[in-house]
Amino acid sequence: MQSSSPFFLSTQTRSAWGLILPSLALFLAVVIIPLIMTVMLSFHDWGQYKGIETVFILKNWYEIWSDSYFHEMFARTFRIAVIVTFITMALGAPEAYILNRMRAPWKGVFLLVILGPLLISVVARTLGWALLFGGKNGVVNMALMKIGVIDAPLPFMFTETGVVIALSHVMMPFMVLSIWAALQKLDPQIENAALSLGASQLTVMRRIIFPQIMPGLLSGGIIVFSLAASAFATPAIIGGRRLKVAATLAYDEFLNTLNWPLGAAVAVLLLVALVIIVVSSNALIERRYKAVFE
Amino acid sequence: MSKNGFISLLFHTLFVTFMLAPIIVVCLVAFTPEGYLSLPTNGFSLRWFEAIGRYPEFIRAFWVSIGLGALSSTIVLAFAVPAALGLARYQFRGRDAISALLLSPLMIPHVVLGIAFLRFFTQFGLSGTFAALLIAHIVVIFPFALRLTLSSATGMDRSIEQAAISLGARDWVVFRRVTLPLIMPGLISGWALAFIQSFDEVTMTVFLAAPGTETLPVRMFLYIQDNIDPLVTSVSASVIAITVLALIILDRMFGLEHVLTGHSDRTK
Amino acid sequence: MAFLELQNVTKTFGDHTAVNAINLTVQKGEFVSLLGPSGCGKTTTLQMIAGFVPLTEGIIRLDGRDLSNVKPAERGLGIVFQSYALFPHMTAAQNVAFGLEMRSIPRSDRDQRVRDALALVGLAGYEERFPRRMSGGQQQRVALARALVIRPQILLLDEPLSNLDAKLREEMQIELRQIQRNLGTTTILVTHDQHEAMALSDRIVVMNKGVIEQIGSPQDTYQSPASAFVASFLGKTNAFEGEVQASRDGISRILVGEYIYNTAVHIKGAVIISIRPERVSFAATGLRGTVRTRIFQGNHWLFQIETSAGIATVIRQNDGTSMPEEGHDVHLAWREEDTFVRTNGKVG
Repeated sequence: MQSSSPFFLSTQTRSAWGLILPSLALFLAVVIIPLIMTVMLSFHDWGQYKGIETVFILKNWYEIWSDSYFHEMFARTFRIAVIVTFITMALGAPEAYILNRMRAPWKGVFLLVILGPLLISVVARTLGWALLFGGKNGVVNMALMKIGVIDAPLPFMFTETGVVIALSHVMMPFMVLSIWAALQKLDPQIENAALSLGASQLTVMRRIIFPQIMPGLLSGGIIVFSLAASAFATPAIIGGRRLKVAATLAYDEFLNTLNWPLGAAVAVLLLVALVIIVVSSNALIERRYKAVFE
Repeated sequence: MSKNGFISLLFHTLFVTFMLAPIIVVCLVAFTPEGYLSLPTNGFSLRWFEAIGRYPEFIRAFWVSIGLGALSSTIVLAFAVPAALGLARYQFRGRDAISALLLSPLMIPHVVLGIAFLRFFTQFGLSGTFAALLIAHIVVIFPFALRLTLSSATGMDRSIEQAAISLGARDWVVFRRVTLPLIMPGLISGWALAFIQSFDEVTMTVFLAAPGTETLPVRMFLYIQDNIDPLVTSVSASVIAITVLALIILDRMFGLEHVLTGHSDRTK
Repeated sequence: MAFLELQNVTKTFGDHTAVNAINLTVQKGEFVSLLGPSGCGKTTTLQMIAGFVPLTEGIIRLDGRDLSNVKPAERGLGIVFQSYALFPHMTAAQNVAFGLEMRSIPRSDRDQRVRDALALVGLAGYEERFPRRMSGGQQQRVALARALVIRPQILLLDEPLSNLDAKLREEMQIELRQIQRNLGTTTILVTHDQHEAMALSDRIVVMNKGVIEQIGSPQDTYQSPASAFVASFLGKTNAFEGEVQASRDGISRILVGEYIYNTAVHIKGAVIISIRPERVSFAATGLRGTVRTRIFQGNHWLFQIETSAGIATVIRQNDGTSMPEEGHDVHLAWREEDTFVRTNGKVG
C-alpha cells in the first residue's frame, strides 16, 4: 500500500478532468469533427462541372465496389504492406538479436545508425532509393551487373519491387525497435540456463529466444503493416503516376481530379480496413500472449 | 552472452549497408560537380549547395518548417503536460478511452488526416493558411509529446510531491518547484521529438500547404514529382545533416531508444 | 488529554475496507509504532493522519483540533517516506531548507537551522551534496533532517528503514531512538518489522486486516499476546494442539500429544497452546520428541523437534553446555505462565 495506489479516487476525479479537458476539446473539435465530415463527404455527389453536391448517395462507394481498378489498387496496397511486413520481420529480428549481443560502444553506435533514419525525412530517404534505382546510372543495377548477378538492368523505378524495397527500408527501424524492446525484457542469463541444460545454440534460438520476442515481432508487424498500407511519399516517388496505392490515389482525386467525394471514400475505406485489421490482430495477440506481456 | 559469429557479423554488415546506402548516396550525389545526377567521380563540388541560395522557395519552405515545428511543439506541450498529469495521476472511468483517443493520430493514416483537415479547414476558409497547418501539426505530434511526458509523469515517485506538501507547499508551488523540474527531461525530449515529427511530416501537410505555406518536405516532394536533379539532393543532404546533428544531441541527452519507445527505463 | 486522537477512523476503497473503525490515542512525546503485515491498513492510517487520504468515517484530532478541514500542507507534520522522497534536483541543504522556505523563515535563520538539522543527523559537511551522490543511509538522514527541521507536531515515519541493509538498519534504529528521545518529538512509525517496532517504540499497535489487534508496550505485546495473530506475528511461536479435560477444584488436566499436566485454565475441549521457542527447555520429563534438525546460529541453537503434538521449534542459548544431537530423543518442558491457551478453531 504505497502512495501510488489510487488514493485520490473519489475526491479528486474532478481535477483530473480539468487537466484533460483542454486536450479532449481540441481532439473533439479538430479530429472527431473533421473525420465525421470526411465520412459524410464520401456520400456526396461530384461532377466535372457541377462540383460537389451535398446529397446523400452511395455512388462513390458503388464505384469502388464495382470498378476492378479500385480492387486492383487496394489489392496492390495490401500486398505491398504484407510483403514489407514480412521482409522487415525476416531481416529485423536477426539484426535486433545481433545488435543486442554487441558490446558497449558498438551497440549504441549501431542502434543509432539503424534507428536514426526514423527521424530523417522520408522524402530524403526515398530520394536516395530513387537515385540508387534510377535510370542507367542506378547504383544498384550497376553493382548487380558488375558482380555478374544480372546482365541487363532490372526495372526498379515505377515497379512494385522498387516500392517494396524502399518501403522496407523506411519501415525497418520500427520493426527493429519493437523487437529490441522485447529483447530488453529478456533475462540475459536465460540463454546460459538453456545451454547448461544441454540445448544447442539453434534450439536456444528456436525454443527460448524466439517465443519470447514473438510479442515484439507481432506488435512491430502491426505497426509496419498499418504504416506501409497507408504510406504516401515513398509509393508516390518510386511508384510514380502509374503505380497507384490507396494513399496516392486519394491524393490524386483530391488535388488533381478534384473529385473530393471519391477521394474521401477511398480514404475512409483505407481507415476502416486498417482499424479492423489492427484492432482484431491486437486483440488476437493480447489473448495469445497475455502471460508473456505481464 | 556469447559473441556474434562470422555469419552474424556478415549479416550485420549487409544490413547496415542497406540502411545507410540511400542516405549516403544522397549525400554523395549532392557534391557532384556535374550538371546532372551522378556520383562525384571527378572531385567534390559545392556548386549545388550554393545553388540552393538561388531558389528562394526552398529557403522560405525551410523557415516555414522551422517556425511551424517550434511553434507546434511548444503549444502541444501546453496541452499534453496537463493531460499527461491527469492520466498518470488519477484512475477514473473512461481513462483508457481518452488515452486511446489522444494517441489516435498515431493510428489514423496521415493521408486520412490530411483529407479530413482539408475538408474541415476549407469549410471555414482556413485552408492553405499557416494557422490551419499549425492546428493540424499540433494534433499529429500530440501523441509523441504525450507519450514522453506521460512516461516521466508515471515514473515519478508520488511521495516526493507528498513530501513537499507535508512541508507546507501549496499546489502551485509543488508543481513549479517539484513536479515540473522532475518531469523536465521528459518534457524536453518530448518537445524535441515533436519538433522532428513536425519538421518531417509530409503526407498530411501536402494536402494543406499552399504556395506561401509549403514546408520543406512538401516543397522537396513536389519538386521531386516534377524532376530529380542535383539541386534536390543538396537540399536533402542539408536536411539529413541537420537531422543527424539533432539526433546525436538527442541521443547524448536522453538516449534515442528511450525517446523513440517512450519507456521510462532510463530514469537514472 | 491525548495529543493525537483517532476516533472510529475508517477508510474504504470501493468494497474493500482498508481501515475499519480504529481508535487510538497518542500522548505528547510518545513513540508509537503501527505494526502489521502489508495490506493491514497501517500505511493508509498514516496517510490519513498526514491528510493525503480522506477519511470515509471517523475523526482525527491533533491537540484537540479536528483535522478534517485542515489541508495536508497546513498540518505541520514531518514525514519520512519509505522511498525517502528527497527532491532529486536539490542539494541536501536545499532539501532541508524547503520546509523553512514555505514558512517564510528569514534567510539567516534558515541557514542556521539547516546546518543544525544536518549536524543532528550526523551529516555536517554534506550540505552541497545531491541525493543521488549519497548512500541510502545518508539519504535517509537527509529525509529525517528535512522532516525534523520544521519542528513538526508529529513525526510520521513510513517504513523508513526498510531499504537499508541489516547492519545499517540497526545503527539507524539506535540513532533514531536517541534523536527522538532528545527532541521529544511525538513519533508514529509504520513498519512491518517486529524487531524495529520493539526496538524503537514506547507502545506498539499491532494491526491486521484493517483492525487493531492489540495496543501495548513492546514487552507486554510480546509476552502476553492478545490474539493468535499477535503471537505469531511478533516473533516465532509454537502452537500445539491439545485438549483440556474436566476441571476439578479450578485445576484442569491438559493433554498435549501424550504429555499430560495440570493447569489453571477455564476453557474446555480442543485448545491451542502457544509457547515461545525460547521458553521451551529440555528436561527429564515432558513432551517426548526426536530432534530432526539442529542449526547453530552463533549465540543460540535452533532445534526442530518432532513430537506427537506436531513439530516444535526450540531456541536454546549457546551457554557452552552440550546440546542434544540430531536423532536424539528428548523431553520438552515449559512453565505454565509462559503458555497462552485458547480454544481451537476460533481466533482470539
